[in-house]
Formats: sequence, C-alpha cells, structure tokens
Amino acid sequence: MTDQKNIAVMHSKNLNTEKVKGKAGKIIGKIIVYAFLILMAIIVVFPFYWMIISSLKSLPEYKLPNPTFWPKQIMLSNYINAFNTASLGKLFVNTMIVGIVSTILSLVITVLSAFAFARLEFKGRDTLFAALLATMMIPGELFTITNYITVYQFGWMKTYTVLIVPFLVSVFYIYLLRQNFLQIPNELYLAAKVDGTSDIKYLWKVMIPLALPTIISITILKMMGAWNSYIWPRLVANDENHRLITNGLRTAFETTVAGEVDYPLQMAAVAIVSFPLFLVFVFLRKYIMKGVSRSGIKG
Amino acid sequence: MKIVFEILTKIFPSRNKKSGEEVVAVNDFSFTIPDGKLIGLLGPSGCGKSTTLYMISGLQKPTGGKIFFGDDDVTELTTEKRGVGLVFQNYALYPHMTVKQNILFPLQNLRGADKLPKKEMLERAHYVAKLVQIDELMERKPSELSGGQQQRVAIARALVKMPRVLLLDEPLSNLDARLRLQTREEIRRIQRETGITTIFVTHDQEEAMSISDMIVVMKLGVVQQIGKPQDVYDDPTNLFVAKFLGTPPVNVFNGTVKDGKLYIGEDAVLDVKGVSDQDVYVGIRPEGFIVDENGPFHCNLRSVEVMGRDVSVVSDNPAMQSAVIRSIVDADNKIDATAQTISYTLKPHKVFVFNKETEERIYFEV
Repeated sequence: MTDQKNIAVMHSKNLNTEKVKGKAGKIIGKIIVYAFLILMAIIVVFPFYWMIISSLKSLPEYKLPNPTFWPKQIMLSNYINAFNTASLGKLFVNTMIVGIVSTILSLVITVLSAFAFARLEFKGRDTLFAALLATMMIPGELFTITNYITVYQFGWMKTYTVLIVPFLVSVFYIYLLRQNFLQIPNELYLAAKVDGTSDIKYLWKVMIPLALPTIISITILKMMGAWNSYIWPRLVANDENHRLITNGLRTAFETTVAGEVDYPLQMAAVAIVSFPLFLVFVFLRKYIMKGVSRSGIKG
Repeated sequence: MKIVFEILTKIFPSRNKKSGEEVVAVNDFSFTIPDGKLIGLLGPSGCGKSTTLYMISGLQKPTGGKIFFGDDDVTELTTEKRGVGLVFQNYALYPHMTVKQNILFPLQNLRGADKLPKKEMLERAHYVAKLVQIDELMERKPSELSGGQQQRVAIARALVKMPRVLLLDEPLSNLDARLRLQTREEIRRIQRETGITTIFVTHDQEEAMSISDMIVVMKLGVVQQIGKPQDVYDDPTNLFVAKFLGTPPVNVFNGTVKDGKLYIGEDAVLDVKGVSDQDVYVGIRPEGFIVDENGPFHCNLRSVEVMGRDVSVVSDNPAMQSAVIRSIVDADNKIDATAQTISYTLKPHKVFVFNKETEERIYFEV
C-alpha cells in the first residue's frame, strides 16, 4: 500500500500540475504532522512501556548490559512477590487514608475560603487575601525545617495528622477557585436571595455546581499530590504503621546483597501503584479538559 | 397588597474616602402604591429607580424611613422573608439548572410551615409555566432558550411562590423592538391574571405609559410626580416631567408673561390670567398647535413630513430651546410646504408655563 502511495506521490509530482501539486503538498504535510505526533506519543509512552516490561523480567535478565526490549521469560510472579514483600496492602491503605482525608478536608477549606474571599464582605478581606498570596512567593522547601520543628514540638511525629494537616491549606487552590467564583455574576446571588436561600445553600446549590470543573481539577491535583509526596513523609512518619507508598517502594526491595535493589519487583510494585491514578485520569479526563478549556474561554 | 413608603432614604457612602461625598440615591420618598396595580418607576439612568426596587425586595437596606406591605412593616425583614418576586434585567437564571429546576428552586427553599409536598410544587411550576407559555420548554437549559423565552422563565420563577409583590428591573431592555412590544403586553396580561401588585423599572417613557396603571417619575433620587400615565402627561408638575414624557418631546421656549399675556418672542400667543409678570419657560406639546393663517404664533417653516393620518411640521423660532419645533397636525390641513413661514394658534390645555428658576409649573386660568 505505502509503495503504491509513494509511487502515486512521485507520479503526481511528475505530472507537475498545480492541482496535483497542492494535493501532494497536503499529503506530505499530513505525513510530517503524523510522524511528529507518533514520535511524541512514543516518547510519552516509552517510560510506561519500560516500567511494564521491566516488571516482567527476572533480576538476572534485568541486569544484562544490553537491555532487552521484550522479556525472554515473562515473570508474572513478580507482581505477587512485590505485593507480599513490600506489604503493599498496608502501604495502599495508609496512602488512601492520607490521600482521601487530606483531599476532603482541603476541599472544604478551599471552597469555604474561596467563597469568603469572593462573596462575603468583611473588614480587611483584600489585605488578608494579599497576605495569603504573598506566601506563595516563598518556596515550599523553606517551610520544611520550620514545619518539622513545629510538628516535632506538637508531638505529632509518626502520626497520620502530621501527614495531613501541614498541607491542608493551599493558597494556590483558594486563588484558583476564588477567581472562578468571581466570574459568577452578582445577580445570581441576589436572585438566590430573593428565592430564599441562605449563603451556604447558595454556595452548595449554585456556586459549587457552576465551578465544578475547577473543583474536580483541584481534587485530582490534590489527590495526586498526596499520592506522590515523598520528602515530607520520609522525614516525619517513615515507620511501619504510617509509611506511604512512595517511601515503601523506595525501601522495600533491597536484596540480600547489601545496597542492591530488586528492580523488577520494584517495577511491578510501581505498576500496581500507578494503576489507580491511571484509572482516575481515564475516568475524569473529561472534567480535567473542561476545567482547562473553560478557564481559557472565559479569560 | 398595597405598598407604603414612608420618607424612605438611601445614601451610599462615597467610594473616594477623602472627599467624603455621599451619594443620595433615594431622597425622602413617601407614597402609597395601591393594591393589585401595575406601577412603572420611570426616570433617566442614575435616578434611583433600581435602588428603590432593591429596597422593596430587601436586597438593600434603606438608610432611613420605612416600607410597609399592607399593614406589615417589612423594613427590617430580610429578602427571603418578604415574599417578593424579582426579575432581573439580565434574567439571572441558574445556568446549570433546567427551566423546570429554575422554576422549582424558590419552592424548594421554603421551610417550616410553608414547605410544600413535591406534587404540589410540580403542579405550581406547571401552572406558572403555562401562564407565561413556556410549558413546552421545561427540560431545556437557559442557554438553549432565546432572550424572550429566558425572560418568561425569569417571570415564572418570580411568580411561582405567589409573591405579595412582583418586581421587574428593566424587564424589556434586553429584547429586540418587536419582542419588546409583544412582551409588554404579556406582562400586562400576566399581571391582570394574577392580580399581584407589580412594580417595574424602566427608562423608556413609552413603555411605562403604555402598560402602567400608575407611573412614578423620578429624577436624581427625588420623586417628581405620581399619577395615571395620561394625567401625568396632560398635567406635568415641572419642566423635567414635561420633557421626559411624550414622543415627539414637548417643545420648549423662552417666554415672558406681561399683563396676563404670554409672549414668545414678539408674539403674544396666549392669555394667561392670574400669572404675575415674569420670564418663564413655555412647553407646548406637539399636538397643541393648530395651523391658522391668522394665528398669533409665527414660525419659520422648515419641512413638512406626511405620515398619512397626521402631518408632522418642522419649524423653528428664535425663542426655542430645542433644536427644532415639531408639531403634529391633522392631515386635513393643507400646508404649503414651499412657504417661508407658518402661523399657529395654540390649544391652551397643551401649553405649560414653568418658573424660570425652579422649573416648577405655573398654573393659569384658561
């Protein structure tokens, strides 16, 4: 088929009429575009592909100097071993608890404060908001030490609290949602007042549904943030009972040889762990896109 | 439900804190709106009519004075307890709800003794939807409706909880000319059918005159005149009201009263008994002119526009305040359009005389 096409392309070039030239140009343009897209897709997919095949290799095969692109022997048992060695079940539960609780609490805080900054009138509102925004200029790493000292003095070390509380308030999310709330016309609020709603009911029945794409985006980002956090959990709660998945994966697969890591097992564990996030993205893709495109249009 | 205003005042604090100037949006407002009538609040933009509407609805608190619904003092009541329906200029429909959900929304917020069973809510929603003729559109979202349809939904939503008072804020301003005519008849019909006291705000005098039982003319927060549209038109209390009502507008001249006669320029146009000698403004309605060869009022003829039933005559006079004099006369008059001048006799009841300083009306005996 491609040969025929190529011949056709060459043939049409030989004819050299304007019309055919235009058509050929179009086809060539398409070929270039698709080649580029395919290349990009390969670059994006490759790490995932590598993760999957690595997770299916045996350790000796993995250590071959010339890596194989397809496992010689498919070791499905890696997945079972990974699950058992790393006590993945416990890591999952820990991460779920931290992720879900912190996402829910964070959403409540974000929605309420965004509502206050967008809708309620109180003294010093704008000053307070400016002060909050100013904290965004300090890089997060600078907080690590002060936060560490604070939670240590609170006696929160090695608890769920320490994993959840310090990151509940996100100025960025509040800012994002406030801007979204501000785009909702004032008349809707007045109309809702005439229709007999309280502030909180207006928030629940009108503002949240209208800002839903943004709220879902925030949920996803927060969830992924909790899932991926590494440094802070390692510092403050890296014990058996509270260890989160990222740290669990890092430490659980050391082999009998000191310092050596059983990478295929680790890869299998990583694949297991990535799966829920993958599902989240597949199912909520529509909302993520909506959130992005909507904020783009409204400006 | 009759509505009574007692010396209602609304003052907005100045935005510029240094100057400390306050904006008086509504000043010493006292009048009674009779039960079951359609009232037009009329005035140029910035005259405080929307503020008045918002104070009736409770969305804004008056700085001073009281508002009564019937015998109840509602001044301190919050919006949701007043039982008002309000239609906003841009309709303010909830975009994420269907038409049906929009109409049901006020009913779902009722609490306590007022709470309705689901079946009755639906019945009521269908009743008002039929009333405003949108019962075919119940499952649509507001974005799928035309402007006129959205407006009907907004009216239905305001009516569904059977408000004591229905308020409409510039209800026709977002509609095109043809739809505007049709919708104002609709509003009239709906108001008649429901018998709910209705107040609507407009800056379009024709709109207010055509459907209101009563109009309230406002200027800079002060009520100028209240009355039936025809009465206000025929008998304006000051120059502002005379100018504001009527298309084409009233013709205004500089005039003088001397020895019981009204002069415009050199012409003694009318006998005005009982008015002392002074400089005045003279307002003459377009229909107040009679073409008369021997008439006392002489003008330079500019053009004659034939409109079928009537003839519109454009002329000018050195004493006029407006750009031209426009008079509407019967088409039976044979006017020589090539003539240089035209003479008129005036209909005394179409001529208004105003004090030059206060612009208040000076009444005279005919």
